[in-house]
Amino acid sequence: MIKLSSVHKEYPRSAVALRNVSFHVRKGEFAFLTGHSGSGKSTVLRLLQMAERPTSGEVRVSGFSTAHPHRGDIPKLRRRLGVVFQDFRLLADRTAEENVAFALEVTGARRDLIRPRVSKLLAQVGLAAKASSRPEQLSGGERQRVAIARALANDPVVLLADEPTGNLDGFAARGIFDLFREINASGTTVLMATHDLDLVRAHPSYRVLELSHGELVFDSAAATATPEAHG
Amino acid sequence: MSYAIREALKAFRRTPMLSLLSVVAIGVSLFVVGLFALTAYNIRRAIEGIEARVEIVAYLHDDAAAAQVNDAERDVAKLPGVASIRYVSKDEALVTAVQELREFREVLTNLDSNPLPASLEIRMRPGHRDPTSLERVAQRLSSYSFVEEVNFGRDWVGKVVSLRRIAGGATAIIGGAFAAVAAIIIATAVRLAVFARREEIEIMRLVGASNGFIQGPFLIEGLVAGFAGGVLAVALTLIAFEVVNDNLLRLAWLPGSWALLGIGAGAVYGLLSSAVAVRRHLRGA
Repeated sequence: MIKLSSVHKEYPRSAVALRNVSFHVRKGEFAFLTGHSGSGKSTVLRLLQMAERPTSGEVRVSGFSTAHPHRGDIPKLRRRLGVVFQDFRLLADRTAEENVAFALEVTGARRDLIRPRVSKLLAQVGLAAKASSRPEQLSGGERQRVAIARALANDPVVLLADEPTGNLDGFAARGIFDLFREINASGTTVLMATHDLDLVRAHPSYRVLELSHGELVFDSAAATATPEAHG
Repeated sequence: MSYAIREALKAFRRTPMLSLLSVVAIGVSLFVVGLFALTAYNIRRAIEGIEARVEIVAYLHDDAAAAQVNDAERDVAKLPGVASIRYVSKDEALVTAVQELREFREVLTNLDSNPLPASLEIRMRPGHRDPTSLERVAQRLSSYSFVEEVNFGRDWVGKVVSLRRIAGGATAIIGGAFAAVAAIIIATAVRLAVFARREEIEIMRLVGASNGFIQGPFLIEGLVAGFAGGVLAVALTLIAFEVVNDNLLRLAWLPGSWALLGIGAGAVYGLLSSAVAVRRHLRGA
């Protein structure tokens, strides 16, 4: 489902972001991507969205590969990915309902199918009653739920989350994490970048990939080293 | 396409102030160009009016035979650029002189004999009123034995031609500068409008909208803002024209095609500026 093979990423006039990173996340798996700030977590997520290309090596996501890049394929890939960010990235001038509908409208969904789909998604994230609220009228946890509903709009096979609980208090963070678990339970592969080690330690059954200075220093699937998260 | 139109209209409703500012910036920029066009058009008309008065007059000997003069008229009419030839008899010349030279009316009406010669007045078509064309016709006229003298105000025509060249050059340079400044202002206004919605573009990319789909509403917005700005510019220019016409001097209004060209240019440039501005945000997608 997600496969990085000897991925190296270097930015001009900047330090190396990723060094020879390889891992494989299988269909339906839930994996944490951990590491300190600047360890390369966000770079991995950007590579998976094909917002960037690796300097060398190959990134494969749901059948799409950076080895045979075709510009027209990128939007198709992104429709199979759901992405959630720490800062929510909602459109401030639209309601929760409109924010979710936006993801369907811009990918050419049939108009008559949008409203029922949006209602279902908002119900799934527990926000059916807040459909007409604008982001400013919602709490941080609620905003993140809207962002998750939007990420799920196109039925993604992979859900990528970049520090999704980073801006939330403990209670809201647990609620969001439970939502990710439900989504994963329905068969969606989840890769969650986080530096919340308590969250990682609390779920030892999930796969952990740890990056440090651009290198993969721990993979719980291989379990040959002692990670900081599990130390 | 229907999505793009719908979204473009929604954008005008969601951010009316920003949309209005874009239209006003485009309108005022094109208004300056419109004022210049109005000035340049009227200067051009004034020069054309002067040029239209250019004529070649061939004064004839009193003994010129009518048949000879008729043959010469037919011959000269075939020369390139000749618009018309009119024979002015001695009597007609005297009547005209009496009418035009009022201070000499008494002298002219008490003459024993008419001293004024008959003449041929030749007018040239637009584009053939330059010294070279006039000289060619004048030389042909001078070659007839019954022609006493040919006159077409050589120096005056030369000055008119110089004036037209200076006006043409100034129009191109100053008009080009105004158009360039307007283009920069319009591009900046559109760019700001697109920049204000960069998050929207980012989210569209994120959820897998194709570049064409992302660009659609922005292109329509640019087109509509440019069109509305063009209409505003024409309206402002018309108001300025009416004010000047009523209070300062008589001007001619621009030809309809110029006004349509201004509106069309605003629309097309708005669309192109929008395309360039959106592409900046789609780089690396």
